[in-house]
Amino acid sequence: MRERFASTASRLLDDDPRLAVVLAEIGKDGFADAGRTHPDRVINVGIREQLLVGVGGGLALTGMRPIVHTFASFLVERAFEQVKLDFGHQGVGGVLVSAAGSYDWPAGGFTHMAPGDVALMDTLDGWTVHVPGHPDEAEALLRDAAAAGDDSVYVRLSAHANAAPRDVAPGRFLTVREGRDGVVVAVGPMLDGVLAAVEGLDVTVLYATTVRPFDGARATGRHRRGRRRYGRRPYGRRTRRAVPRGHVDGGRERRPRRRSAPGARARHRPA
Amino acid sequence: MTSTFTDLPRLMSLMTGDEKHGPAATSTLDALWVLYDRVLRVSPESVDDPGRDRFLLSKGHGPMAYYAVLAAKGFFADSLLPGFGSYDSPLGHHPDRVLVPGAEISSGSLGHGLPLGVGTALGLRAQGLDGGGGPAVWVLIGDAELDEGSNHEAIAYAGAAGLERLHTLVVDNASATYGRPGGIAARFEAAGWSTATVDGRDHDALYDAFTAPHPGRPRAVVARVEGKEG
Repeated sequence: MRERFASTASRLLDDDPRLAVVLAEIGKDGFADAGRTHPDRVINVGIREQLLVGVGGGLALTGMRPIVHTFASFLVERAFEQVKLDFGHQGVGGVLVSAAGSYDWPAGGFTHMAPGDVALMDTLDGWTVHVPGHPDEAEALLRDAAAAGDDSVYVRLSAHANAAPRDVAPGRFLTVREGRDGVVVAVGPMLDGVLAAVEGLDVTVLYATTVRPFDGARATGRHRRGRRRYGRRPYGRRTRRAVPRGHVDGGRERRPRRRSAPGARARHRPA
Repeated sequence: MTSTFTDLPRLMSLMTGDEKHGPAATSTLDALWVLYDRVLRVSPESVDDPGRDRFLLSKGHGPMAYYAVLAAKGFFADSLLPGFGSYDSPLGHHPDRVLVPGAEISSGSLGHGLPLGVGTALGLRAQGLDGGGGPAVWVLIGDAELDEGSNHEAIAYAGAAGLERLHTLVVDNASATYGRPGGIAARFEAAGWSTATVDGRDHDALYDAFTAPHPGRPRAVVARVEGKEG
């Protein structure tokens, strides 16, 4: 997906003079050509993540639309106060594009894991969060994010992908299969694994590539006859307890979402 | 009515109820006045003009002097000042750009203004607004605020990138606990900035330092004022 990000964003730079890509070394090779064509709109600030996000906010203050990229652990966790203040508190928007969230690269160790990225974004107002499960979906969602006016959008790229792309629409869950005994919401790269796991079970599978805002109507409305609802997502949700129930995920559930975490290892399961 | 520098203590007293202000409250006052009165090309009429000069108050603490200067220059009415810090007032203890007419950034957490200023300068450059007559970007930081590492990310990058339209005004009231051995200006010079260190109460010296040419380099002006305790 990172390769597709570079090629897609490079083409978007050709088409939209309002866009600028901001990097902190990571990913710069993919933008070498674009940087020659658009030297003022491909900006590499060096290994400086506070500056990376601050520069994104400053670009937005001049009316541009920044696309800010690095690993999730440095983009969202290390520079979180910049995300909070240099975008939200300034009243400006932009596109944050991460790579290697959660356990994408286990061999990289805990320094390069960011299981809390989506949970952290949940503490801020107004962010759209896309979690594509295939490079084609990443391209579609990136294009949508770049064209989304002054919205604040977090695009969470993964090293893992489903075998085939789905015809996803930004902001909507896709019904992959229908069943009577419950609903499983599979997020991004989790879809193939979910489909394998529910083989032989009479459950609905919804595919979510936009998780904020959460398509609660689809998850809890049409399928409410299902008694159980499960979410399978590639990121942790530990800070979810700080968010009022119903605020994040649609608000129609009658029991805490945290009660069901099938498959999660004990240390990642809510207490 | 045109306000002058001598009106500022009265405007500040509308916020504080005190005619006499300590040095800390007024450390930025002279430098702010010289910028808004003689240097910055921005007015209440041009706050949305893409070609305006930008002033970013990074040191959002103690914004009374800033509010007084903005009121004196007509960005908002004097009548807002007595409500400073109250429930309905747009004038908080830290400025919020969404609420305060004329404020370019929301600040209060130290170390955000200079990275935002770098991004602003880059954005203006990308839009072809960085020519000789193009808008200047000014960021005011405090000497103790330089403790924040984010400033040093911005200083190093801006020097290397040669962001000529970027200016940093460091108001130095010697409030950093560990000081700055070797001097504040040396930090900027080492990163390739043009620098000057002047008396922060001397308006002509400030003006000369603010307007000196610095081709191909960002500019830092250190304005020294009496110590916080003094």
